[in-house]
Amino acid sequence: MSESEHPVVFKDYTRRCLLVLLAVACMTAMMIATSFSSIGSGSWTPKVALILLIASVNAFVIAGFLMHLLSEKKLVYTILAFTVFFFIGLAGLTIWAMNDLPVGSAKH
Amino acid sequence: MEIPYTVHKRADTGLYNAKLGIWLFLASEVMLFGGLFSAYILLRVGAGEGTWPHGWLDVRLGTINTILLALSAITTLLAWAALKVKEFGKFKFFHACTMLLALTFLGIKSYEYYDKFHHYEIQLNNGTIADGHFVEQSADFDLAKKTGTFTIHGHIVERHAELMDMRSDEAKKAKHEEHVIAAADIKHMENYSPRHNTFTAIYFTMSGLHALHILGGTLVIFYLWGPGSRMWKTDPERFTNRIEVSGLFWHFVDLVWVFLFPVLYLT
Repeated sequence: MSESEHPVVFKDYTRRCLLVLLAVACMTAMMIATSFSSIGSGSWTPKVALILLIASVNAFVIAGFLMHLLSEKKLVYTILAFTVFFFIGLAGLTIWAMNDLPVGSAKH
Repeated sequence: MEIPYTVHKRADTGLYNAKLGIWLFLASEVMLFGGLFSAYILLRVGAGEGTWPHGWLDVRLGTINTILLALSAITTLLAWAALKVKEFGKFKFFHACTMLLALTFLGIKSYEYYDKFHHYEIQLNNGTIADGHFVEQSADFDLAKKTGTFTIHGHIVERHAELMDMRSDEAKKAKHEEHVIAAADIKHMENYSPRHNTFTAIYFTMSGLHALHILGGTLVIFYLWGPGSRMWKTDPERFTNRIEVSGLFWHFVDLVWVFLFPVLYLT
């Protein structure tokens, strides 16, 4: 059963919301700290990877708890599975094609 | 004729129709923003060494906007929860908070855009570059006729690369002051508008599209808070479902920002 169909206890919701807000604030602080840290000693790649990892956890918390995605119907998961598949295709094909240059052309 | 499955679930989907509809819509939105994020990756990875800007956006303002959106996501959920426990007054209060937070977000975003449109990069005839915010221009200022003066508050650098990383020690040490520049000394000038470079182009495109979603969501929330809330008296369950559906859209907008903020402001 979808969580939105359960009887709601307002106090519990308020507590949960405050916890989510705290988690989002903490993860935002972690992203900023990582951005200004010396991780990777000058290279942006490790920093970007770590920041995006934290952002993904942040997104999971929002989708899971605020959008009730942790207790949704199978059909919603199916829609999202298709979305993930096409998104990976979209991003993957774009990145894959990046170095697909005609023979002899120079990469700037 | 009554519209079916606005309150009760369909047996085959297990969802009321509006909820299935919003998830399909959000799936299409993922593809829309996904295309732009892919374009961002392409531009970023394809940028030459030292040509991708760092520190051009104010992290403090981005952080405030992150917290504002997170708070608005919470108030949206609490507005829906209030309807579930039949407390209409609380619903009105929390949704009013959501609108105020959203408008504050848009206000801050507008200020950031204003700041970028008033920020100029001016290439001078002697090979140096003046970079800073517009202060004033003389009445006779005309770049084509090379008359008058243009005043900025900023600094002058020798190399363009010095402008790319505003977090570098070099940039932090730079002394910012007023510079009065004669039009005759200007080779080329341009503000930090979308056409300035690929970063500003993708920044304005992505954050602008996101801001439009915020604006659209705020209008829907305003309707449901104001005239649309009359439905609470006639069909409370259907109205509660409308709030849930609009809330799902709002959370998605928050979700997009969760990635936009680090991608544009922190990396």
